[in-house]
Amino acid sequence: MKNWSLSSSKKMPFKHPDRLVVLPFKKSLEISWQSIRVRFVRSLITTMSLVLAVSFLSFVNVNNDIANGFLATRDTVLREALNRSGYDLSPGDTRAGSSPKMRWIVILSLLVCVVGIVNAQLMAVTERFREIGTMKCLGALDSFILRLFLLEAGMQGLVGSAIGALSGGLFSLLNAVVRFGTVVFTSLSWMEAVGSLLFATGVGCFLSLLGVLYPAIVAARMLPVEAMRVEH
Amino acid sequence: MAELRNIVRVSKVTRTFQLGKTEVLALKGVDLSIAAGQYVSIMGPSGSGKSTLFNMIGGLDKPTSGKVFIDEVDIAQLDAYELAWLRCRKIGYIFQTFNIIQVMTALENVTLPMIFAGMNNDAAVAKGIQLLKLVGLGDRFRHKPSELSGGQQQRVAVARALANDPAIILADEPTGNLDLTTGEEIISLLKSLSRERNVTIISATHDIKMLNVSDEVVWIRDGLIERIENRDELSISVGQINTRK
Repeated sequence: MKNWSLSSSKKMPFKHPDRLVVLPFKKSLEISWQSIRVRFVRSLITTMSLVLAVSFLSFVNVNNDIANGFLATRDTVLREALNRSGYDLSPGDTRAGSSPKMRWIVILSLLVCVVGIVNAQLMAVTERFREIGTMKCLGALDSFILRLFLLEAGMQGLVGSAIGALSGGLFSLLNAVVRFGTVVFTSLSWMEAVGSLLFATGVGCFLSLLGVLYPAIVAARMLPVEAMRVEH
Repeated sequence: MAELRNIVRVSKVTRTFQLGKTEVLALKGVDLSIAAGQYVSIMGPSGSGKSTLFNMIGGLDKPTSGKVFIDEVDIAQLDAYELAWLRCRKIGYIFQTFNIIQVMTALENVTLPMIFAGMNNDAAVAKGIQLLKLVGLGDRFRHKPSELSGGQQQRVAVARALANDPAIILADEPTGNLDLTTGEEIISLLKSLSRERNVTIISATHDIKMLNVSDEVVWIRDGLIERIENRDELSISVGQINTRK
């Protein structure tokens, strides 16, 4: 302990294993999982807006996949049915896409969802000022705090958007079955549908991480003394 | 006395806070040396700047001017990583409000600094249990902070402060939120730790009970050190405390 300081250079050497400050990945996973579990209701609320937005996205995309499946069969009856159900198909079209208006609504819903996540996470960070300050007093680096929050958001995002994507897809299928009958199951390209679900899940995860980024940076940068000053 | 090493040295430290448009001078140039292994109490009324000084020594806050040396290293020169290392390995903190992480069990709270220090999980758990036994909580390490009393929470904090065998333990009003008996228990726990493990204990307090165990008392008033008394002088001045206004 006595040779802690280096007389020549003012810096301390950190190559030595004793000089490390670390938080192993497994442990960070454990801590963030625990935080979610303990604050389950709050996590649920944060995740809820994500679930809704992602399920909407996946609903729209799977609808398109179903329509494309119909078109691929080159069955004029199904084509007629699509036109009746609101798809605006020109005679030569072999692919159906969502209308610009629909796309805007999807984008808006995702945007609203991100704002919701930022809001909820900022609140969560404020609630945890003291915890963050304590961790910093125990030697946590800014990056540990950032990592914990990102991991939490990642887990919430993964679970939330998977649930959202699945429920959106299921609802879309159900809707199609009611409207067009079981022909849906034979005409639909399952590859495309699964692709849509994965895409929606990916977008959901990304949005969840995007939403937590600012609150997490705020938390990570906080000086311990500021964090401790917060009264409860 | 000559062989005593200064573990903490504070040199001409000032700290101003911006309160609205006015500047408040919380510390007006403090010089202080603390020898290794001492039990030092920083005493003073609230608003005297003792918490500010305490934060400076702990590297939790930076002085406006002046320097703070821990083991003769100027902590203003340290980058974030080195500062984190200092907080992790060199200093153990105890707070008035315990600051136990609520979502973790007692044992997890104690092991966290060891994990940060790169100790493997099994070793950390073993040492954590041993430390909790040392502070008298051997049977309660699976409990959450909410299931522990104030005194027990503070014991967890003491165990946590000891986790990486720090050279210094900083205690900010460690008895402030505790009743008389529990406060006394914590004080004697700290005292025995300082004696057995040769840890330097620096505590900011206005708890008179602390006087009995302190090797040195630093009286601070209006951002300046009023006087420093060591143990021998103390018995004389204790009588004066009552006569002071």
